[in-house]
Amino acid sequence: MSSVRTDANAGGRWLGLYVLGYLVFLYLPVLLIPLFSFNDSIQAAFPLQGFTTEWYRTLYGNPALSGALANSLVIGVIAACGATLCGITVSYMDLYGRSPLAATISAIARLPILIPGVIVGISLLILVNLIGLGPSRISIVLGHILVALPTTVVVMRSRFAAIPKTIREAALDLGASDWTTFRRVMLPLSLPAVLSAFMLSFLISFDEFIVVFFLAGTESTLPLYIWSQLRFPRSLPTVMALGTVILTVSFIIAASAEILRHRGLGAARRNPA
Amino acid sequence: MSTVAATRPLPENRISPVFRFAMLLPGGLVTFFLILFALGLVVFLAFRGNDGSLLGVGLTAENFVTVATDPLYWTVTLRSLVIAGLVTLATVVTAYPVAYYLAFHAGRRRNLLLFLVTLPFWTSYLLRVFAWKIVLAYNGVLNSAFIETGLWSEPTLAFLNTPAAVVVTLAHAYAPFAILPIYVALDTIPKSLLEAASDLGARPFTSFRRVVLPNSMPGVLAAALVVFVPTVGDYVTPAMVGGPASTMIGTLIQSQFGKANDWPFGAALSVCVMLVILCVVLVARGADRRFGSRR
Repeated sequence: MSSVRTDANAGGRWLGLYVLGYLVFLYLPVLLIPLFSFNDSIQAAFPLQGFTTEWYRTLYGNPALSGALANSLVIGVIAACGATLCGITVSYMDLYGRSPLAATISAIARLPILIPGVIVGISLLILVNLIGLGPSRISIVLGHILVALPTTVVVMRSRFAAIPKTIREAALDLGASDWTTFRRVMLPLSLPAVLSAFMLSFLISFDEFIVVFFLAGTESTLPLYIWSQLRFPRSLPTVMALGTVILTVSFIIAASAEILRHRGLGAARRNPA
Repeated sequence: MSTVAATRPLPENRISPVFRFAMLLPGGLVTFFLILFALGLVVFLAFRGNDGSLLGVGLTAENFVTVATDPLYWTVTLRSLVIAGLVTLATVVTAYPVAYYLAFHAGRRRNLLLFLVTLPFWTSYLLRVFAWKIVLAYNGVLNSAFIETGLWSEPTLAFLNTPAAVVVTLAHAYAPFAILPIYVALDTIPKSLLEAASDLGARPFTSFRRVVLPNSMPGVLAAALVVFVPTVGDYVTPAMVGGPASTMIGTLIQSQFGKANDWPFGAALSVCVMLVILCVVLVARGADRRFGSRR
């Protein structure tokens, strides 16, 4: 064992450097967006021309942008509710339903991981046209529920699986109905994961572009707005300012979701009752 | 009911039908209607002719004949496979050491590092691609930085609008996808296996090659899949940084449902992509069985 340790430490230091380099590669390109969003130039190029908040001011009082933002928020919240509800029920039944149907549903719910976004987009486009919805906000919501579903199922499933089986059995043995057991015991115990799943699916919807591109029609969301602005070189700094805001919000939401998820899991392990 | 509860047939056996129905309903609707039925529509449409109507006319394999006989589609499909393959290779190979470090060396920093590598996963894909556009552009970050430091005197066009730009951008955009599955596979290797290997005299490299690597193969293959699938159908990155020389199959599908307006043909292309992915999944399964799960 001790020889494993020393070898591990020698190699570990080099690996540590590599990981550091990897993180720089991961973050550096993205961090350029905030950097140049404060740069006093239309071009995103060195040398930096001086500090300005002008580009953030152009974000104010832009009706197309605020419309897209409102759409993104509404769609994000509704899609996150739908995806979280599906994630909770699908994973709960997968674990405790003891039926082949529940297992099948859970397997299909994770299938979108194996379908490229463009195909999810066109299949839903055909579907919503067939049932008469057409490209619309409801269609976008349906698309985003689908895109977020694998995430919510995975998050909820691992949470439910971490709750000791005996707790649910005790509730049932003491005469609680399935519904009561679910609502009063299992759901409260997994509340952090529910919140985490909700926030993550909101983020997925909020940032999603590939599927929404097909389902939007005349509606607009923030990613679609950004895409439409990329054609105009003059609006590049505005896009970077908007991108910075979106990145900041995403980081905050993702960080809170992660913290919630880990705190929930830790609490369950330490104090299962 | 309450008297029966005291005896213990598995509690699962008495789930009430109403509860079961209510709990299965939302997931059932979404999976069967939005996923299976919608994919079924794509397959159906792929065998129809284009007459401008929603579901086309007739029953024909003409779309597939066109895909199979027109060299354009072979070129683009091959290019998509090569680009997605390179991206997958690059992502998995670069992610492996990170996952290895996380599993075996990170110690107290593990949670922080895990958090840092997964965080970009939750940021806008569009913005990550956009970041590369400003890095690689003619008067962009890379060119101006090189000129500023005196390495070059003229900006070069060689970065943007090349397949290489697509590979780098996609590899960066999907990097966080690869680390987690590999990390999970490495982390679940029992430490006793490693100790046994070293007790039996295996040198670190041997024990890595004979014990760690085979045991982490399921994670590596899962990582390869979750990177390969979205990249092979991507149309955003080729449009943003790739230029006409890096049109991918996703671009063609997207244009069939947009400008070209031939939905049945786009559906046929989609079916082909799904078949390709199915083949890749089967190969990965086979590889997993051969190299991976031998314990």
